[in-house]
Amino acid sequence: MMTTSDALPVEAAVSLDDRTARTPVWRAFLRPVPAAAAVVVAASVLAAVFAPQLSALSDNDPFTYHPEALGPDTAPLGAFGGVSADHWFGVEPGTGRDLFSLVVHGARVSLLVGIASTLLATVIGVVLGIVAGAVGGFVEKLVEVATDVTLGFPFLIFAIALSALFPLEAPRALLLTLVIGVFGWPGIARVVAAETRVIVRQPYVVASRVMGARLAHVLRHQVLPNVASTVIVYSCISLPGRISAEATLSFLGVGVLPPTPSWGRSIGDAISWLLVDPAFLLFPAAALFLVTFSFNILGDTLRDALDPRGAQR
Amino acid sequence: MSDSTRATDAGPAQDPGSTGDPDLLALRNLRVTIAGRPILKGLDLTVRAGRITALVGESGSGKSMTALATIGLAPASAQVTGSARLRGEELLGRSPQQMRRTRAGGLGMIFQEPGQSLSPVMKVSAVFRDVLGVRENIRSRPRAAQRTRDLLASVGLPDPDRTASSYPHELSGGELQRVVIALALSGDPALLIADEPTTALDVTVQRGVLDLLTRIVRERGIGVLLITHDMGVVGEIADDVVVLQGGEVRETGTVQQVLGAPTAPYTQTLLSAVPRLLPSLERASARSSAEQKDGASTRGDDDTAARGDDDAATQGESDPSRGTAASEPPVVRVEGLSVRYDRRGGSHLALDDVGFEIGRGQIHGLVGESGSGKSTWGKALVGLVPAQARVLELDGTDPRSLSPAARRGVYARAGLVFQDPASSLNPRRTVGWSISEPLHLAGGVGRADVDRRVHHALEQVRLPASYTQRLPHELSGGQRQRVSIARALILQPSLLIADEPTSALDVTVQAHVIEVLREAIEEARFACVFISHDLAVVGSLADHVTVLRRGRAVEQGTVHQVLGSPRHEYTRALLESVPDPSRRLREGQRPACESVGRPEATMRG
Repeated sequence: MMTTSDALPVEAAVSLDDRTARTPVWRAFLRPVPAAAAVVVAASVLAAVFAPQLSALSDNDPFTYHPEALGPDTAPLGAFGGVSADHWFGVEPGTGRDLFSLVVHGARVSLLVGIASTLLATVIGVVLGIVAGAVGGFVEKLVEVATDVTLGFPFLIFAIALSALFPLEAPRALLLTLVIGVFGWPGIARVVAAETRVIVRQPYVVASRVMGARLAHVLRHQVLPNVASTVIVYSCISLPGRISAEATLSFLGVGVLPPTPSWGRSIGDAISWLLVDPAFLLFPAAALFLVTFSFNILGDTLRDALDPRGAQR
Repeated sequence: MSDSTRATDAGPAQDPGSTGDPDLLALRNLRVTIAGRPILKGLDLTVRAGRITALVGESGSGKSMTALATIGLAPASAQVTGSARLRGEELLGRSPQQMRRTRAGGLGMIFQEPGQSLSPVMKVSAVFRDVLGVRENIRSRPRAAQRTRDLLASVGLPDPDRTASSYPHELSGGELQRVVIALALSGDPALLIADEPTTALDVTVQRGVLDLLTRIVRERGIGVLLITHDMGVVGEIADDVVVLQGGEVRETGTVQQVLGAPTAPYTQTLLSAVPRLLPSLERASARSSAEQKDGASTRGDDDTAARGDDDAATQGESDPSRGTAASEPPVVRVEGLSVRYDRRGGSHLALDDVGFEIGRGQIHGLVGESGSGKSTWGKALVGLVPAQARVLELDGTDPRSLSPAARRGVYARAGLVFQDPASSLNPRRTVGWSISEPLHLAGGVGRADVDRRVHHALEQVRLPASYTQRLPHELSGGQRQRVSIARALILQPSLLIADEPTSALDVTVQAHVIEVLREAIEEARFACVFISHDLAVVGSLADHVTVLRRGRAVEQGTVHQVLGSPRHEYTRALLESVPDPSRRLREGQRPACESVGRPEATMRG
């Protein structure tokens, strides 16, 4: 028959020790590609923070015109967009502004708007998603309708119209953050609502509710910890899209106002110079690409690292 | 059955040259390594035509990997070495195209979960058209339809046309598995590989599918590699047995040798861990038959109790060691409990006028097949599903009469343990947090006190105190179920509701978990509702049993009455269907095995 009680010893605590050493999340970033992505992201953040100092290294700023660096056709003098010891990335055609300074200062707007709007979208999305998924019923329907309306809204037209209405002296970065953030929540709300619906039906949640747990306890201890990694990863992956959204709006001329440097506007300006001076497009576009690409890799790495079951590969 | 019978069924895939070779499938020194970890460490196995070879092992033994490696579907990261010969032809090292042709022509595969073996968006007939096109080169629709009908009829489906025009979700689990078997039989394969073909099925359905497999083997003379964890299934239909543990073969032999006189210690462990129907019946039947002979039937209510629809179902305890003093009020008292689910197009009565009483320290088993309402009953007790009842008392209080806050307090006197060890604990919280959660919810417990009680609860389920810092995924399935039990016990509940707590576990692990549960009940003397589809588990654990069928209690009484001398034909059918490792050994042609069989193996109701 069954094992008798004395034959059933207290389990040896060592039996699973090889599995108990939890790998810290940062270890996932030791592999070359994630490490490179982390370096790029860190460098771009540092560049944004220390943009004036970086520009000062080459004795430049993003506002001073350098007509002496331009030829008679206002294209930069010298090879590769006028790359020189004075102007590391060359100069902007037409004005002769230092392109290196434009790129590092452009990181400020891009990252600020990208990160702030992602935070805003995440907070809205998580709150609505969790409530919809956990409460269900009428509330869920309401959130669903709001999601559909927001998704169906013509975002670009709305943003362009809004920027026309917005007073010129108001801070444009704030406007961009609000517009991109307020339009950005439906994706994360849907993901969080779907996960929440699954989690609140899990036996461990049922057990806890039977034992007297209120909704707040369930949301805080059962749902939030279990959607946290999804939320972090989703935000990280959606961040490049928002940086691009800022660039798009600036490209269309409804982003930050000149002369504030912005990657999107630099790229927009470079299009008309493409045949004469392709290097002008190269530097801001490469900066935008590298940063968005690196954030995507960071998001993927985080997703794998945050899975407690430790994705085995 | 000899090889000559195969000639009677000359299918297109029959290779006349192979009839001389008795070994249909021969695996020799088969090794599988994944990422440096050996999964299979040199497996030797033979399947002969007209015979069923069972590959038995617990989870992680490598038995499914054997099947995948044999048919060339092992994961790309797996290194497979050794030899796998089908009718003398080496399978390993073939190109994917060659392997695909071999699978299409000579092999059939049956998986565990019939619901997942068929595409949900295709009708059965469309699946067959696809498969027949590949395996039998049938292109014309009428011919495919005809062949589909024949195949479906050959697996005992009563209305092949209806089945063919159904989508998978319109069929029951048993019907689906028969459809899958029919698919596997297309192309007249010489070998069927069945990976846990009946594990997801109810026992009565399992019985039919096992009979079907046996009949196919006998009639068609094909060989079957049966992969299973269930010694009962092995005992019922296998001819040869290979016992696998941790990727190594522990024992090989005929079913009579391996089950009748196991030599490997692991085989003996496996066999002894299989729950027997009514191990305690020996003692009890001796006692009760003595009573009957005396004519001293002091328990006049036994007859009424056995009828199931009677309210006073579970009075008169026959086992004084665990019985309740008659004066002690029952922990749970339920009468006239009904649960109705609203569905599109009407409502469905999930539970119809059932009831029971459970005293302190007693275990009441709820037995039934899927859809019988046994889980609903457990949920209704703690208000998880809306229910009507004439009487519903927990600890003498009717929770329905209380305010929501007070009701929470009453429900908190009940602990819950669920089936799936993977989802019964919060994956993001430590074991210690999960166990102490009920204390935090109840409130007013100091930190030191929480720690002390968590450690005590872990002790009760025989886990070391150091486990408080672990996360659920660092535990095995059995350990997780023990943690669930610890969490259910920490508030010292008066009632524990265990819904299939061991169904997802290996037999040896199941034996431990049941033992833990039994000891906890003896120590803390709470009442327990034990919900299970497994009559043997219930029989080995419970004091009283209710047999449920489609929401109605068909039979109710002490475990000895119900399982020992069942009155209702459904109970009898259920008992008959339980696979028994030693039934054929006892009834079979070799009575010599009887003498070496373990005494408890011969106990059946």
